[in-house]
Amino acid sequence: MSRFDRFRAPIKNARGLGSAKDGVHHFIVQRITAVALLFLAIYVVGLVVTLAGADYATARAAVAHPANAVLLVAFLLAMFWHAQLGLQVVIEDYVHTPWLAIASQLAVRFACVLAALASVFAVVRIALGT
Amino acid sequence: MSQPVRPLSPHLQVYRWQIQMVTSILHRGTGIILAVGSVLIAAALACLAAGPEAWACVTGLAGSWFGLLVLFGWTWALAYHWINGIRHLLQDAGLGYSIAQFVRNGWITVIGSLVITGLVWGVVISRGGFA
Ligand code: HEM
Repeated sequence: MSRFDRFRAPIKNARGLGSAKDGVHHFIVQRITAVALLFLAIYVVGLVVTLAGADYATARAAVAHPANAVLLVAFLLAMFWHAQLGLQVVIEDYVHTPWLAIASQLAVRFACVLAALASVFAVVRIALGT
Repeated sequence: MSQPVRPLSPHLQVYRWQIQMVTSILHRGTGIILAVGSVLIAAALACLAAGPEAWACVTGLAGSWFGLLVLFGWTWALAYHWINGIRHLLQDAGLGYSIAQFVRNGWITVIGSLVITGLVWGVVISRGGFA
């Protein structure tokens, strides 16, 4: 017992534990992305609703606007990150055949990363007008 | 790897249905629906970047009865997951654990999700809907 122990929160005892040795990191990132999505989803739904029925040039110009482009990229990153973490838990709960569990975790990760890269690249292309 | 046969804890079928089970299952269900929808969002953005023809394909699909059904379902999934997600976050902060609060908040999320979906589509339709 060091005399500094009384300054330590109980969370110290949980860090680094768990089957993946990453403690509560997964839980925390799932919550951080949830809070981000809580706000970003309102914004994105609002943007899409205002664009309902708009023609191609209008839709493209809206996404090209710097503020929209930045917030859209933030939404996409938070969404795919949150989705990967969430699906990971679902697979952990239901898929118990070792090779199938690893294969589906890999598939979900690759799909989320690819979709995140492709959609961010699309927004950047639109914003830069190429 | 051989799986040892272990006793299982009582499973779903031994419980009487109650709102807490519905909200929990729906959160997982809508999370999975939203994850599938996220890939469609990525595809739509890629089409918007690709040009007017690809985008016409997206609006054509979105405007078909099937597309509208998917969009409507996705809106509800997001509304439900959003409002129940807020409840999850409040519960993570230690709030709302009495049985009465649990039941009340469960009904708030279910009915609230329908209200939000109605509001969003009300605005869409009042603005002329999807072309
Ligand atoms: C559109 C983007 C979203 C996607 C694709 C998504 C997807 C998912 C998935 C697949 C899960 C796992 C479900 C489970 O383990 O049963 C999950 C869990 C969760 N989501 Fe989302 N979600 C999204 C938006 C949101 C928003 C806006 C919020 C917050 C208001 C939120 C809050 C949460 C929370 C707190 C959990 C953890 C629930 C638990 O521990 O059981 N999500 N999400």
